[in-house]
Amino acid sequence: MAAGQAPQNAGEYIAHHLTNLRVGEGFWTFHIDTILMGWLTGLLGLGAFYLIARGATSGVPGRVQGFIELLVEFVDDTVKGVFPGDRKFLAPLALTIFVWVFMMNLMDLLPIDWVATLTGATGLHYWKAVPTTDLNTTFAMSLTIFLLTIFFSFKAKGAGGFTHELFTAPFGNNPLLWIPNLALNIIEHVAKPVSLAMRLFGNMYAGELIFMLLGIMGTLAALSFGGLLAGAAAGVLYWAWAVFHILIILLQAFIFMVLSCVYIAMAHEHH
Amino acid sequence: MNINATLFVQALSFAALIWFTVRFVWPMITDAMDERTKRIADGLAAAEAGKQSLERSARQVDEAIAQARSRAAEIVAQAEKRAGQMIEEAKTSAKTEGERLVAGARAEIEQEAARAREALRSQVAALAVAGAEQILKREVDAKAHADLIAAVQKQL
Repeated sequence: MAAGQAPQNAGEYIAHHLTNLRVGEGFWTFHIDTILMGWLTGLLGLGAFYLIARGATSGVPGRVQGFIELLVEFVDDTVKGVFPGDRKFLAPLALTIFVWVFMMNLMDLLPIDWVATLTGATGLHYWKAVPTTDLNTTFAMSLTIFLLTIFFSFKAKGAGGFTHELFTAPFGNNPLLWIPNLALNIIEHVAKPVSLAMRLFGNMYAGELIFMLLGIMGTLAALSFGGLLAGAAAGVLYWAWAVFHILIILLQAFIFMVLSCVYIAMAHEHH
Repeated sequence: MNINATLFVQALSFAALIWFTVRFVWPMITDAMDERTKRIADGLAAAEAGKQSLERSARQVDEAIAQARSRAAEIVAQAEKRAGQMIEEAKTSAKTEGERLVAGARAEIEQEAARAREALRSQVAALAVAGAEQILKREVDAKAHADLIAAVQKQL
């Protein structure tokens, strides 16, 4: 439970945990928690990479450097698998996505009530620790990828080639087919960022929600003996879900990375 | 579920992180890895070169040993041949020396014998004269009969 105003029932509890710390009005609202946690996780993840990379030796690598190199090689191989061209930009992009999304997802494993208690103690009533449970984050990333896709399409095919492709692929170059082609391409181009963002958001949001429900179950422990049993069960389940969640956060980070690379690789392809 | 300006901030954060990784993090790590790859490759090449040069020197050593061995065998053969020659020479010179000595001795013996014969001859002549003196009971004039005596001596 958050310190200060303790929510009275389950609905309030969940609503409380799902509310961002806001500044601003209407569209010009900023989710301070999302932004700060995004910076913090990015700084932690890639900052650690930077510090280790700065001390990287071409001689015998230490364990930490070995781990970093393992990750880098893994990302590089994955990108190599989907994109045969020059990886000077795409591979570090993939690494950025993987590390950042993973670090943001990792915040999900912090017990939500501990975070709430901690931030509540500093006077911040609302604090969502996981930036990827905020659609703004996932859409910010997927739209950035979308823009990169468009950019690389233009770069690889030129404005003419890209426009030509919009009207002639996938059905063929026939004036009658121009409109269906365009419609399908628009749907395809829109579906990519939307699905990319919604997949990550949905997974993390649902995971967060299950942690909350188990947290509510845990609060029953204070009420009665039966409640105590339920609380103990909740503790076990919370732990089990957290273990399973390790897989999910890794997997979602990986999926986001691979799909981003696939989309950008597709932008290079000529039809 | 509300999209708002946070999106722009997050997109900028994302872009900044991408830039940071592309510009600094990734090259630093891959440079170190590439450098290591190069060093390992160089090390392997050097090891290979070392192995080859070792083989080369081993071959050279073998050749030198073989050469030395055949040269030694040659020298031994020459020495043996020379020794044989010397023995032969010594044998021949000893033989000729022996022959020479034998011939010398033989010549000396013949000389001795001739001298003895000469002496005998003169003595026999003297004896014959003495015998003839006895027989004739008178003195033979040695001077008068010197021609006769010399003729007798020649006949002996």
